[in-house]
Amino acid sequence: MSAPTPVTTDAGIDDAGVPDAPPEISVVTADAEAPPAGAPEVAAGAAPPLVAPALPQISRVRRAAASLGWAAVGVAIFVALWALAGSRNPKLPTPGDTFTNLREMLADPFYDNGPDDKGVGLLVWATLLRVFKGWALATLVGVPLGLLIGTSRRAWSALNPLVQVLRPVSPLAWFPILAFALGASEIAAVWTVFVIALWPTVLNTAAGAAAVPVDQRDVARVFRFGRFTYLRHVLFPNVLPYMVTGLRLSMGIAWIVIVAIEMLGGTSGIGRQIWTWYNALDLPKVAAGIVIVGVVGLVLDTVLMRLAKAVAIDEGSPS
Amino acid sequence: MSLKIEGAWKSFVHDGTAQSVLRNVDLTVEPGQFVSLIGHSGCGKSTLVRALGGLLELDAGQISLDGKPITGPGPDRAMVFQHYSLLPRLSLVDNVRAAVRSARPDKGKAAADEAAERYLTAVGLWDAKDKRPHQVSGGMQQRAAVARAFAVEPRVLLADEPFGAVDALTRARLQSQLIELWTSESDTEIVVMVTHGIDEAILLSDRIVVMGNPPGPSIVDMIPVELARPRDRVSVIDDPHYRDVQERLLHLLTADRLDDEEAA
Repeated sequence: MSAPTPVTTDAGIDDAGVPDAPPEISVVTADAEAPPAGAPEVAAGAAPPLVAPALPQISRVRRAAASLGWAAVGVAIFVALWALAGSRNPKLPTPGDTFTNLREMLADPFYDNGPDDKGVGLLVWATLLRVFKGWALATLVGVPLGLLIGTSRRAWSALNPLVQVLRPVSPLAWFPILAFALGASEIAAVWTVFVIALWPTVLNTAAGAAAVPVDQRDVARVFRFGRFTYLRHVLFPNVLPYMVTGLRLSMGIAWIVIVAIEMLGGTSGIGRQIWTWYNALDLPKVAAGIVIVGVVGLVLDTVLMRLAKAVAIDEGSPS
Repeated sequence: MSLKIEGAWKSFVHDGTAQSVLRNVDLTVEPGQFVSLIGHSGCGKSTLVRALGGLLELDAGQISLDGKPITGPGPDRAMVFQHYSLLPRLSLVDNVRAAVRSARPDKGKAAADEAAERYLTAVGLWDAKDKRPHQVSGGMQQRAAVARAFAVEPRVLLADEPFGAVDALTRARLQSQLIELWTSESDTEIVVMVTHGIDEAILLSDRIVVMGNPPGPSIVDMIPVELARPRDRVSVIDDPHYRDVQERLLHLLTADRLDDEEAA
């Protein structure tokens, strides 16, 4: 530690003079490392009271404002490039038209004029429900399966090859089989989401179950934790952060493919609606639909990321 | 009535070749004894203590406590690990309670809670009982781990370099607390501790088992430490016997190392 060094450089100049602020700062930093007990009594007599210099403070509000500002800059550049591209190719929807359409859609999002004419709010809701059903099913199946694979070498050997072959298959490849086998495209869509959302959940849960620290496993053995105690106090707390990451990845990919599934399957929803707008060659509405899909996806991801932070194992987890 | 290791063999396969870590180990520890295992990395001291804990199976030989063979973990033995090894989600007191309730289902909930309170108080952590491990220092975590082991009220306490990861000042305090718990606070009879520290071994032990690396014998020497208890860490180092033991250990451990270097 070289805490006193600032003194030498500064004090060297006014060797004979009165020591001023900089040397005092170094004294404070050195003292901060000593145990706090007893410090006030010692300081009371001789030396001038030790006052730490005020640190430059950047308020949260200012920091948030700054990052919002930069976000605005990023969006502005993107919109500018988009407008430029639109001016080169008249077939592209312009930002202006898109936002006009977006505003109209959002002005009355929940109207319902029969099956072929609904507000975007209702369409997004229908799509969300479909995604949630498939994702929840994937969670119900994927978590236990992941725990099994992560804790049993036999289960790992039996299932890993299967998982590795099925995982890289495009989710849309499943849809024809499921649609044919299950008939109603609504059910087929949910099951396709299920198949897609399953893998990240299974693999992350398995990784978490396999990553229980050896020390904690030894503790469980030495103190003879029963199955339930082990699950509750050792396995589950270690798996939870991995599992939530898996759920977040699953949701992300499910939200990406649901648009395509609806286009293929013809069930009513925001993805299907984008296809309908395309067929009507109403491209500003397609672009507005893309913005809506993106924002909803962002919200979903943010919610799950918050959840992931809340269950993170170390510092800062709520007590 | 004692802790007995007879003809213990254990090998591990490392990079395709089997390494004999325990080579025909015989060791008997009588009740009331504190035994340290000392030696260079890879000499098998941790393996031996894990075998005593029932965490691994021997290839040959057997371990018994009071004539009963040890085949797995049991409530008669508790263990302190090198890394703090508290469960991160549980408060300090819940860590101790969970261990006692699991290891000693015979005790009942109230008795388990009582033991948790008693031993956390003994290590000076009752005020911090509701903190989570990550909210306290490493030394405090290790004290809680020591309290957890004693709270099970084992006959044998096993410790695998329990103070290896804490700073020197904290280590001194932990050593004193360990001896205090062992001699007055608990009914624990035997302590077997793995250590790297020569002075720690002399200060705490009745007997120091010096272990060596392959291909020599596992147990190189056993040195009795005949210093009266309680031992004062400041004055004990002036005792001629302390010096003798220290010299013998230094000689054994450095000679061992020189052999290694010549062989390499």
